[in-house]
Amino acid sequence: MSDTMTRPATGGGKATRPMIEVKDAHKSFGAIEVLKGIDLSVERGQIVAIIGPSGSGKSTLLRSINHLESLDRGEIWLDGVQVNAPLTGKAFERHINAVRQRMGMVFQHFNLFPHLTVMENVTLAPRLLQGLSGEAVRARAEKLLDKVGLADKAEAYPSRLSGGQKQRVAIARALAMEPKVMLFDEATSALDPELVDEVNLVMKQLAQEHMTMLIVTHEMRFAGEVADRVLFMDGGVVVEEGPPDRIFTAPKAERTRAFLRKYLRD
Amino acid sequence: MDLDLMIKVTPFFVEAAWVTVQISVLSLVLGLAMGALGAWARLGRSRPLRVLGGAYVSLFRGTPCLIQLFVLYFGGPQVGINLDPFTAGVIGLGVNIGAYMTESIRGAILAVERGQTEAARSLGLSRGQAMRRIVLPQAARLMIRPLGVNSVALIKGSALVSTISVVELTYTAQRFIGSTYKPFEMFAIAAVLYMAIIYGAIRCVQWLDARHAID
Repeated sequence: MSDTMTRPATGGGKATRPMIEVKDAHKSFGAIEVLKGIDLSVERGQIVAIIGPSGSGKSTLLRSINHLESLDRGEIWLDGVQVNAPLTGKAFERHINAVRQRMGMVFQHFNLFPHLTVMENVTLAPRLLQGLSGEAVRARAEKLLDKVGLADKAEAYPSRLSGGQKQRVAIARALAMEPKVMLFDEATSALDPELVDEVNLVMKQLAQEHMTMLIVTHEMRFAGEVADRVLFMDGGVVVEEGPPDRIFTAPKAERTRAFLRKYLRD
Repeated sequence: MDLDLMIKVTPFFVEAAWVTVQISVLSLVLGLAMGALGAWARLGRSRPLRVLGGAYVSLFRGTPCLIQLFVLYFGGPQVGINLDPFTAGVIGLGVNIGAYMTESIRGAILAVERGQTEAARSLGLSRGQAMRRIVLPQAARLMIRPLGVNSVALIKGSALVSTISVVELTYTAQRFIGSTYKPFEMFAIAAVLYMAIIYGAIRCVQWLDARHAID
């Protein structure tokens, strides 16, 4: 592509390219502008946490990256490929299906497929989309279920699992496509407090394996522990960003201070 | 109550009940096909198809089934549609119940949580794959009860085709009343047989429902 032609050839160019890049993202729902020009870049292997009050646009931003919401203006790039490419109709459908296979997404409400077993939940997409043999996919799924500590639940239906177990299956399901990045949309917000840790633990493990992750969260402590960088969003803009130490201990913006004061007090 | 007479005529009623079963099953099949087509049109991305599907539902739910049967059977020949009573009955009832099926199927599909489609799409499944693999299997379970209710309504509604001279239960009862002057007995036999058919239908629905219950 001409894009790589103009790029300075430092180390093949690829190493310097951010994994996720958002440029001037705008999005409105009716008269309400939820994203007012967001810029964001996440390097390979980096973990970025997005915090902010409800309605700040952080979930919409995350969903836009996966194109579950389409931007009104702006660009989203995943590893050098434009997610919201200027294509239409069938061509765009094909494009977005291919791009989404490289992004894992974890939802607040798990969204496991209730009519399929845990194993089937995890194997469905690789079986359909990657043309692998049943055995290969099963072996991969077994490894992943083992990793999230649910090897013994492979044949169970989601209705038999606790919230924490469901979310761990959802993470395994996303990982089964061997994505380049993982997007977490308030993955622990719907969980009972005592179930939060088991999910956080899995996420920390992914962090140690240098998975590129973008995490929308309400949990400041967890963000502080795993994130390389924290973004504070409010009113559809990124108010402030930086390493977690600085954001949590010495926020520059008054809005960030007010938010953290309120949050840490509750 | 003339029990001897009732016993004597019952075989004729059983035969007529079989016609009622046939007409019900055939219109049910047609109705399900129309319902699937209607739901597909109403939920699709093509605006003309959505409008067409909406018009179908409004027209056939918004007018009496009896009038629809009359238009087809008595009005049909005027525009070159000549159907025998049985065929006209099946088509009339099937297309009518199809409008109700359309709404039941559409409702079931819409009742599957949006997050299910989002999760499927986020994995890279196409729109069609998400529909076939994730949404429809879940919607099918939600459809069983409402479609069962429609089927029972259809069986009861099949009495209407007696007015276009299909020799089914109701028509048979009326015919025997003409010769015996015993409306109570004749309608009672018909009612009992309708109940038996409907009981069978309800059991089928319950069996399906239990078989496809979520875990």
